[in-house]
Amino acid sequence: MSATVNHIPMPARAEPKLLSLGPLEWARTNLFGSIWSSLVTLALGYFMLKFAVGFIDWALIKSVWTVQSDAAGKLDPTACRIVKGEGACWAVIWDKYRFILFGRYPYDEQWRGAIVIALFLALFVVSAMRRFWRKELAYIWIATLTTIGVLMWGGVFGLVYVPQDLWGGLPITLILSTFGLAFAFPLAVLVALGRRSTTLPAVKFICVVYIELIRGVPLISLLFMASVMFPLFMPVGLNPDKLLRAQVAIILFAAAYLAEVVRGGLQSLPKGQYEAADALGLTYWQKMGQIILPQALRTVIPPLVNTFIGFFKDTSLVLIIGIFDLLTSGKVALAEPIWQAYSTEVYLMLALIYFCFCFAMARYSRGLERELGRSVRR
Amino acid sequence: MNRLFAGALAAGALLTATAAFAQSGSATIDAIVKRGELNCGVAGNSPMFSLPDSQGVMRGLDADSCRAIAAAILGDAKKTKFIPTTAQNRFTALQSGEVDLLYRSTTWTLGREGNLGAMFASVNFYDGTGFLVKASLKVKSAKELDGATVCVAPGTSTELAVADYFRVHKMKFTPVLIQDLSELQNAYLSGRCDTYSTDSSGLAGFRFQQGPKAVEHILLPDIISKEPLGAMVRKGDDKFFDIVRWTYFATLIAEEYGITQANVDEALKSTVPEIRRLMGLEGDMGKALGVDNKWAYNAIKQTGNFGEGWDRNVTPYGVPRGINNLWNNGGLQYAPPMR
Repeated sequence: MSATVNHIPMPARAEPKLLSLGPLEWARTNLFGSIWSSLVTLALGYFMLKFAVGFIDWALIKSVWTVQSDAAGKLDPTACRIVKGEGACWAVIWDKYRFILFGRYPYDEQWRGAIVIALFLALFVVSAMRRFWRKELAYIWIATLTTIGVLMWGGVFGLVYVPQDLWGGLPITLILSTFGLAFAFPLAVLVALGRRSTTLPAVKFICVVYIELIRGVPLISLLFMASVMFPLFMPVGLNPDKLLRAQVAIILFAAAYLAEVVRGGLQSLPKGQYEAADALGLTYWQKMGQIILPQALRTVIPPLVNTFIGFFKDTSLVLIIGIFDLLTSGKVALAEPIWQAYSTEVYLMLALIYFCFCFAMARYSRGLERELGRSVRR
Repeated sequence: MNRLFAGALAAGALLTATAAFAQSGSATIDAIVKRGELNCGVAGNSPMFSLPDSQGVMRGLDADSCRAIAAAILGDAKKTKFIPTTAQNRFTALQSGEVDLLYRSTTWTLGREGNLGAMFASVNFYDGTGFLVKASLKVKSAKELDGATVCVAPGTSTELAVADYFRVHKMKFTPVLIQDLSELQNAYLSGRCDTYSTDSSGLAGFRFQQGPKAVEHILLPDIISKEPLGAMVRKGDDKFFDIVRWTYFATLIAEEYGITQANVDEALKSTVPEIRRLMGLEGDMGKALGVDNKWAYNAIKQTGNFGEGWDRNVTPYGVPRGINNLWNNGGLQYAPPMR
């Protein structure tokens, strides 16, 4: 009972022609290919160099890092005033960075805010790794978010109680965007499915009305509704917290946009996929969960991440209802008269923080697309 | 028999409990006492009035005025919860009960008092729109500003006041409208405008921040609008209105008699009748207001008199006391007698 297998030796592959060039060769073909190309390269190179030198000079060489304080403990910005226009005044960041990061959270308790930021980052990293994409991840999320709640509120384990209205800075931005997207995404999937439902016209109607109503108004007006109109309908003294109201408004808004993105993915699938699932005798939820959604969501990764990034930045709109998120804390820090003239430094720092988060999201989505899209590309 | 006695005891306890809650005769004060906290609506981004310092503690004249009221009602200035409100949502926050009162550098106007169901209980800052010019321009009065370019923030009452002023005096001007404060100030400093206009307190503070270069700028003597800034409460709770207004008056009376945070305990031994009434030693003034008789003592002990609040919050910004002096010092701050 032995089968013979014929091994056919693979012919050795010919080495491909050397395609990569040395840096000099690369520069000659790409940057100095023609006379015009050379001129443009030189001009752009000159401007870039000039800008870089100017920026380094401003940010590092002529800059002031700390300022003295007088006998009464008041900071004296004279050193910054002297270099104004030539060098950066990083002393403003040195003085205000804790306020910008944590807002009005009690000063002695701000280590809790720092741990919360670290926990959020860890949560993002763990959720990003495909190796952890199991049921347990849901428990990790619940555990982490509970810990975050305990840390922010306190009141147990000997932690001082900190009411929500004192929360601020980066934790608020992370809370609003993480909870916002975590709740909005499942809601969006349901709404998208509801809108494409053929058997439940009432559900379809409700979903269409919801999406169109929410998409028809700017986020800022929803936040206004949540913060200005809503309390008027409630009995005096019985008000859901301002932060909670803003959070709900953000969830509803994000869900409507994400639903349309998901619907795009659903529509891109050929009808054969649905029919094949039906032919297998799957129930509606099995069909959606096992066949349709995995394929549909994969196609819409780029627009999904686009919406995520947009919403991460849109959370800063809570500024108009008096919540101290990261951007608002920065602006309030700048209201201090001695620092009013140094907004550039503070905005640079804020831009850097926002950029880190958004860039990480963008890079991650590219990696995910590559990994999940292998079957399609081949 | 025993049962009857227990029933009577329970009824008595119930009555006492009700009395303990309803003793002030004001729904707002009762709610504050029950909550153990005063919810005070402030701006939260306005230097001199209310602005968190680097450690997140709210500082400023409005913030201290809130603390004084918390001290008067609850006996502890630390039991103040500051709720930052924006120019758009401040009145709703008051109407909906989210805040007990507003100390948000809000101008007292007829429209606001007539239309919004709220009323003004005090004026802790008399302000007005002014002009700042460069000394090199050699302008002595706002009437010489015909044809000037004016740096002003768009959508503010300043913008309206400036437009009205130039129209009334049949002069021409070119507004330069910039929303961002530091950009607006840079535009003035770099010479894009001849003059920079906002509340005179803001102008004085801005001039002071120029350090040694302050002498290059002149605050013109003309004040072209009245901006009395103060506390706003809901209509319909007169007892609470009284306590907000009289806490402010108490800080004025304390300044008048030279009672400060440091020497308030000596005032307890005073024989002057009005001081004795202020300190709650006689007259039962606190009881009449629905709070503890030591209300004013607590407020002064914990937040100081009006002048101290000014020195702590406003003087560092280089704003002169001016019309905010006491009446007997040439200003407008005047408290009715406490008797």
